[in-house]
Amino acid sequence: MVERVPGHRAEADRSSEPPALVVDHLTKRFGGRTAFEDVSFTVTSGEVFGFLGPNGAGKTTTVRTLGTLVAPTSGSAVVAGIPLTADNGTEIRQRISIMPENPGLYVRLTVVENLELFAGLYGLRNHGPRIDQALEAVNLTARARDACGSLSKGLRQRVGLARALLNDPAVMFLDEPTSGLDPVAAREVHDLINGLRQRGVTVFLTTHRLEEAERLCHRVAILNTTLRSVGRTDELRQSLFRRSLVVETVAPLDAPDGVFSRTAAVESWRSDGTATYMLTVADPRTAAPAVTRALVAAGADVLSISEPHHSLEDVYLKLIDEDPEAPPA
Amino acid sequence: MRMNTGHIGAVVRKEVRDYRRSRSVVGTMTVLPLIFLVEPTLVILRLSPSTSAGAVQKSVGSVFLLLLIAPAIIPAVIATYSVVGEREQGTLEPLLTTPLRREELLLGKAVAAIVPAIGIAYLLFAFIEVIARIFARNAAVAPALWAGPHVLAEILFAPLIAGWSIWVCIGISARSSDVRVAQQLGTLASLPPLAVVALISFDVFTPSVTLAVVFALVLLTADVALWRIVSAMFDRERLITGAKALRP
Repeated sequence: MVERVPGHRAEADRSSEPPALVVDHLTKRFGGRTAFEDVSFTVTSGEVFGFLGPNGAGKTTTVRTLGTLVAPTSGSAVVAGIPLTADNGTEIRQRISIMPENPGLYVRLTVVENLELFAGLYGLRNHGPRIDQALEAVNLTARARDACGSLSKGLRQRVGLARALLNDPAVMFLDEPTSGLDPVAAREVHDLINGLRQRGVTVFLTTHRLEEAERLCHRVAILNTTLRSVGRTDELRQSLFRRSLVVETVAPLDAPDGVFSRTAAVESWRSDGTATYMLTVADPRTAAPAVTRALVAAGADVLSISEPHHSLEDVYLKLIDEDPEAPPA
Repeated sequence: MRMNTGHIGAVVRKEVRDYRRSRSVVGTMTVLPLIFLVEPTLVILRLSPSTSAGAVQKSVGSVFLLLLIAPAIIPAVIATYSVVGEREQGTLEPLLTTPLRREELLLGKAVAAIVPAIGIAYLLFAFIEVIARIFARNAAVAPALWAGPHVLAEILFAPLIAGWSIWVCIGISARSSDVRVAQQLGTLASLPPLAVVALISFDVFTPSVTLAVVFALVLLTADVALWRIVSAMFDRERLITGAKALRP
């Protein structure tokens, strides 16, 4: 946990360690209803892995399945190096921690008393210093003796995070940790997760807040009952959207086809009817100078040449839209 | 299966801390014993000096029965809340994400419920004995109440009846989705062992040390069996998702 790995763990370091999670064709059905189906992915040790999807996509059920709270219908998984079986439930739960969407605190107990319960359940001996460290990590030391019922929702989330840190987990599952929080409280939680990321804690983060995933996660998976895609956000953008350049000139070009078709780096082009042109290119870094030269040679007054930015939201919506069975987000 | 006493201890500590700060639990645990004192006290005080020895024995039997209702009813208040209450306040899922086994969770909750129940039951018995010695007009009442079989039965039956009540109520709590329904069902289901005590108290069976020990052993066996049955009924998946676990 806090004391385990100081500083940021490099990508190469992470890839040399055994995976924290290996999920292989995992499926969960409740009677006739499929929660998620044929889900496969791997999470590297020390990685912050975002698990995105609309409401009802199966994110929470996936977390519960990997956390041994519900049994998979088929498929297999290895969680923190231990095969996911009914017999291994206790051992897996000893090595992971899960913070559900609702932190579920005992409101009549103080923050410390809540943490003492969980320290006892994780079998931590001499747990005082560990609790102090966890409270320090979430900036809650000053509220340690307050009843949890007196805390705001944001502070309760922090107590939940402190609880999840107690057992120095190999994998920490955070299920919608900023759900229902105001922007300031959400930002505080983001900072805490960023701190975990820098310490090399493996975090499995489910969320439907895309800016959150984009900001915090090394890689993301997009789930909508079935897994739509897994990868770094820039990889997902590249795989989903063709590389392009947007050219804006002061006035419409007289012969745009003569300019763009003759430029080798440009694969195709289209215009919206004004002085803006969308070019499909293989590599924007080599195409942009070539296009600039062609435009100047043609006597055009260039306002701008830029690469359009596709946000994770664009990726998400494209993937979700491609699924005919997708419920509305 | 190896039980982790540290896990059980952590649950017991949490339960006790939680009860102590719950006005409804503290209020119920205070008021109920007082209610259970009223009728036995009246029975003892009503006995005149001329009441026959047989009538005294019968009255003492009914007092004894009334006193044993307390360990059946008092822990039911806590035990029926134990699982469904955790579900209602959203604390069950975090608890189940830890290495805690279901048997340890349930045993921890049972211990936290049985200790105050036994304490209150013994205190009630001692209090009635004191009342009998000081205020009873019939001199035979106090010795009859303090007779070996009665004392032994009180010592044995109070925890065993409480144990029965607790396991039945936890079982109901684990299968209920509403606290009030669980409490109503739990109170009713905790009473059957008292039927046997009633038969002994009213001399249908002659009270004896042998009978008390035999009945205690039967109750002990039932309590252990109930712990196992209730543990088996405790389905993590159903409690978390509302759907019964379907194994592939």
